Amino acid sequence: MKVLAAMSGGVDSAVAAARAADAGHDVTGIHLALSRNPQSYRSGARGCCTIEDSNDARRAADVIGIPFYVWDLSDRFHADVVEDFMDEYAAGRTPNPCLRCNEKIKFAAVLDRALGLGFDAVATGHYAQLRTGPDALIEMHRAVDHGKDQSYVLGVLDQEQLAHSMFPLGDSTKDVVRLEAADRGLLVADKPDSHDICFVADGDNAGWLKEKLGDRVPNSGGDIVDEATGEVLGRHEGTVAYTIGQRKGLRIGTPAPDGRPRFVLDIEPVSGTVTVGPRERLAVDRLEGIKPRWCGSVPSRLEGTVQLRAHGEEHRAVVTVGRPPQVGSGPPVERTTVSIELLDPAYGIAPGQAAVIYAGSRVVGSATIASTRRVTA
Amino acid sequence: MNSTVYLDHAATTPMVPAAVEAMTAHLLDVGNPSSLHASGRQARRVVEESRETIAQAMNCRPGEVVFTSGGTEADNLAVKGIYWARRDVDPRRRRILATAIEHHAVLDPLHWLGEREGAEIELLPVDSDGRVDLDALRASLASDPASVALASVMWANNEVGTLEPIEEIVAIAAQHGVPVHTDAVQAVGAVPVDFAGSGVDALTLTGHKVGGPYGVGALLVRREVDVTALVHGGGQERDIRSGTIDTPAIAGLAAAVELSVKHQAEHATRVALLRDDLIAGVRHVVPDAILNGDPTLRLPGNAHFSFPGCEGDSLLMLLDARGIECSTGSACSAGVPQASHVLLAMGRAEEEARSSLRFSLGHTSTEADVRAVVEAIAPCVERARAAKA
Repeated sequence: MKVLAAMSGGVDSAVAAARAADAGHDVTGIHLALSRNPQSYRSGARGCCTIEDSNDARRAADVIGIPFYVWDLSDRFHADVVEDFMDEYAAGRTPNPCLRCNEKIKFAAVLDRALGLGFDAVATGHYAQLRTGPDALIEMHRAVDHGKDQSYVLGVLDQEQLAHSMFPLGDSTKDVVRLEAADRGLLVADKPDSHDICFVADGDNAGWLKEKLGDRVPNSGGDIVDEATGEVLGRHEGTVAYTIGQRKGLRIGTPAPDGRPRFVLDIEPVSGTVTVGPRERLAVDRLEGIKPRWCGSVPSRLEGTVQLRAHGEEHRAVVTVGRPPQVGSGPPVERTTVSIELLDPAYGIAPGQAAVIYAGSRVVGSATIASTRRVTA
Repeated sequence: MNSTVYLDHAATTPMVPAAVEAMTAHLLDVGNPSSLHASGRQARRVVEESRETIAQAMNCRPGEVVFTSGGTEADNLAVKGIYWARRDVDPRRRRILATAIEHHAVLDPLHWLGEREGAEIELLPVDSDGRVDLDALRASLASDPASVALASVMWANNEVGTLEPIEEIVAIAAQHGVPVHTDAVQAVGAVPVDFAGSGVDALTLTGHKVGGPYGVGALLVRREVDVTALVHGGGQERDIRSGTIDTPAIAGLAAAVELSVKHQAEHATRVALLRDDLIAGVRHVVPDAILNGDPTLRLPGNAHFSFPGCEGDSLLMLLDARGIECSTGSACSAGVPQASHVLLAMGRAEEEARSSLRFSLGHTSTEADVRAVVEAIAPCVERARAAKA
C-alpha cells in the first residue's frame, strides 16, 4: 500500500512511520504545519509545529529512509479547530480540540488529500488498535498500553476514515516504542511527550482565550455565587477562565461554612455568573449527547462504558440512541441524539466535552455532551 | 540507470569539471593567503589570480572583487554596508528603494534595517510580468533624491525569470547620484552581465549557480563606493570583509565564472530551445497552464507555470515520486510552503500563487529531461486537482 505517515516530530509518529515502512508499505512522511506563526523551538512538552519539530520529523524520515514533505494546513486548522475552540468557549462550553483535529484535519483534510494524491492510507502514532470485525467492518479498540490509549481522541472516526487509517503502535507500550526508537537510531527517542493544547504555547488557556476572543469574550466578569445560599462570594474576570468541576483559581475569600473545598458547578456565559458548591453537587448520572459519530453500525441501545475525557476513567453506562422522526431535509445523522445513563456517577462534566462510547475495548462511537443531569440527593 | 530528471538549476546547478579540478587542486595545499612565507604567498597568488580571472570575465577591476561566503552575504554586505556608509556621510540618507520581488537575501536585510536602523524601505511595484515600474522609480527618486541611500534591483528574478531593465534603472539613479546594487546570482552565465558596462555600483554573484562550489561568492563593488563592514576581524577583503580566505573555493569559483561567462551565449541558445520545447509541451498537454514572467525577456533556463486548481506542493511531490525534481519557487521557513511574494507582487491571487511550479534548466539539461516532464505533467496535474477537490 501507499501510506502517508503523519510525522509530528515526536517519537510515536516516527516509530509508527518506521513500522509501516518495515511492513513493506511504500511510505511517505509528511509534517503538518498547523501554526500560522511557528516558533523556532519547543519548550518542554508544550506547543507543537515549531521549526524544531519539523526538523526532527525530517531527520526521522531520513533515518527511516522515506521521502518527506511539509504540508501547510494552518488555514484549515485555524478555521476548523482553533475557531471552533474559541466559539465553544465563547458559548460557555468546554471543547476538546484534539478530537476536532482528528475529525477535521488528520483524518479528513489530510486523508482526503492523500487519497486524491494516490495514497491508500494515513498512518499516525496514535495508540489504538484496528481489527477487522466479524461483519468485515474495521473495529477500533483500545491500545494494549492502557496508560497511553488514545482511542478516546479517535472516537470521532467513521468507518470510511478507519478503513484508510493505520495505527502501528496500538499493540505496544510506550516503553517499547521508546526503546525501539533508540534501536532504530531515531534521535527523538528521548523527546518528552506532548501535553496540553498544542496551539496554546504557554499552557495558559484562560489568558490565550481572553486575548484571542477579544470582544467576543462572552463576558468580562461576573459574580461567583454559592449554589446553596445564593450568596455572592466574590467576583471573577471572565468565565473563560473556568470550567465545570474546576476547584483552583476561584480565589474566594470566605471559606465554605463546613470548610470543604468548593467547585465550579455551573457557568452562565451571558450573565457571567459562576455557581460554586461542594463536590457532591458535581455528580451527574445522565448525559444528553448531540452530533454523534459512529465507528461502524449505529446501535439503538447498548450496555457498555463511556469515557468522558482524555485518559479519564470509564463509567458503566446504558446508551440509547434516539432517532426523532425526520422533518424537513436535514441530514438524519445530525438529528440523532444519544442519551447516556451512567451507572456510576461522573463528576465535573461540562457541555462541549466528548463522550466516547465503548463496548468492552471496542470504540462504538462518540457524541458531544449537550447537557447533563445532576444526581438528585 | 540514472532516473533523476533534475530541473532545479536555479536552486543550485552541478559543478562543472573544470571548477572541481581547480578547487581540488588546492585542497591539500597548506598556506594561509595572509601569511608572509612562501606557502602563504603561493596561496595568495592563487587567490589573486582568481580575482583577476573573475574581474576579466565580469569586466571589473580586480580590486573591485570582494569574496564572500555566497550570495546572501554579498547581498547583506551591499545593502547594509552601503546604507550605513552613505547614512554616516549624510544622515538624511535613510531611504532604500528596491522592488517587491527581490530575493529574501535582499528583502530581509532591508526590513531589518527598517526595524533596527531607521531606514525607510520603499518597495517599488512590478507589472504582471514582474518588471519593475520605472515611473514609480523616477517618481520616488525625484520626490526627495537627497534622502535616498541606495537602490537595489535584481538583474533577473529567481522565481519567474523576468529580466529587469538594469541599464534604465542605473540611468535614472545616476541622474540623482544614487548608487545601485543588483543581485545577479541568476543572471551571470545565463545572460550577458558586464559590471562596468552596466554602470551598477555593486553586484552580487555566487558560485553554486554558475557551476562552482557552494559557500563562496563575491560582491563586485566599485572602488569609489564606501561599504561599511559587516563581518569584523582581520579585514582580509579590502577591509570590508574579514575571515580567512578560502583559497580552494575561490579557485573553483573563478574557474566556474570564467567558463560560464565564456560559454554564456551558446549555453543560453541551447537551454532556451529546450526551455521553449518544455513550455510548448506542457501547454499542449495542460492547455490551461499559465506561463508566469515575461514571455521573452526572461532567463533562458526558466519555465515558471501556474496550474489552476492544483497545489504546487502536491505537484512537486507527485513529480518527485517520478524522479522529476523542480521547485515551487517559494520561500520556505521550516519547509512550510508560503505563497510566493513574487507572484503576489505581480498581482496574482494567493490561490494562484500557490498553484505554481518552477522548472529551471541548466548545463546538464537534455531533451530527455524535457520529454520526461511533458509525459508526466498531465497525469500529475490531474491527480493534484483531485487531491484539492
